[in-house]
Amino acid sequence: MPEHRLKSLTPLGHDKPKTTTHGPITITEIVDVALASLAIRRDQAKAFTMAATAIGIPLPEPGHYKANSTYRAFWLGPEQWMVEAPFASHEDIVAVLRPAFGATASITEQTDAWVRFDVVGSDLPTMFERLCAFDLRRHGSGSSTRTMIEHLGCYIVIHSDEKFSVIGPRSSAHSIDHALLTAAKSAF
Amino acid sequence: MIINHPLLGPRDAQEFVYLGDASLIGRPDGMTEGAVDAFHDYLYLRDNPAGEHRELWYHEQGDRSWLVVTRNTVTHEVVSVEIARDVARKMGRSK
Repeated sequence: MPEHRLKSLTPLGHDKPKTTTHGPITITEIVDVALASLAIRRDQAKAFTMAATAIGIPLPEPGHYKANSTYRAFWLGPEQWMVEAPFASHEDIVAVLRPAFGATASITEQTDAWVRFDVVGSDLPTMFERLCAFDLRRHGSGSSTRTMIEHLGCYIVIHSDEKFSVIGPRSSAHSIDHALLTAAKSAF
Repeated sequence: MIINHPLLGPRDAQEFVYLGDASLIGRPDGMTEGAVDAFHDYLYLRDNPAGEHRELWYHEQGDRSWLVVTRNTVTHEVVSVEIARDVARKMGRSK
């Protein structure tokens, strides 16, 4: 087998993830996460929940995010979740999840479809109220939702008052990066 | 306008798209007698009430669920919001 020495590129097209700081805000591109969407197949809810518990995948309530030691998950829609796992150990995440769930779930690899930015800083709602219609002051840590940022459907995960994740379409990584930085500059 | 999503709470109406009258859930069976007439009515006949109206809305920029929104077309008050799947099941649909 030929030996390839190819360098992977980050969603923003560099060899290393980009970090931008403006005032109290730091925006970091995150690349060490594997993603897969999990959906319950019809009439399999009970077996699905048991399988998820056995492998240690949290199944948060609508509009929420939950983490345990290996897996983190956020709610996508009724009976549907996005699962995050460390990229180093779960590069082929479907191959890891499929034996656990068998025919109870539909699993789709999502790793390279998304770009994730972690936004860290104080008074984040002041920045995010310029970006989206989601009312961040009503929702505390552990909340998660899909909403519109600029014209893009993005997921927002609230880890704490000072740390949010924005997960958006990877092909629009530069647009999201620009929107975040513009909002940070406008707010601070 | 704010739509009070049954799962996610109050959400801005710009996240939603509107489909039409909620009677669209009751699609007729095309294999029965009189299906042509039933489809004619299903496609073309709508009530146009001044008052409460049941409508299908899609949370496109959110969790992508279909909702049945009961709205007063005179006062614009949103009376109730239900998940369309639950409404369809109550009407006897299997999925």
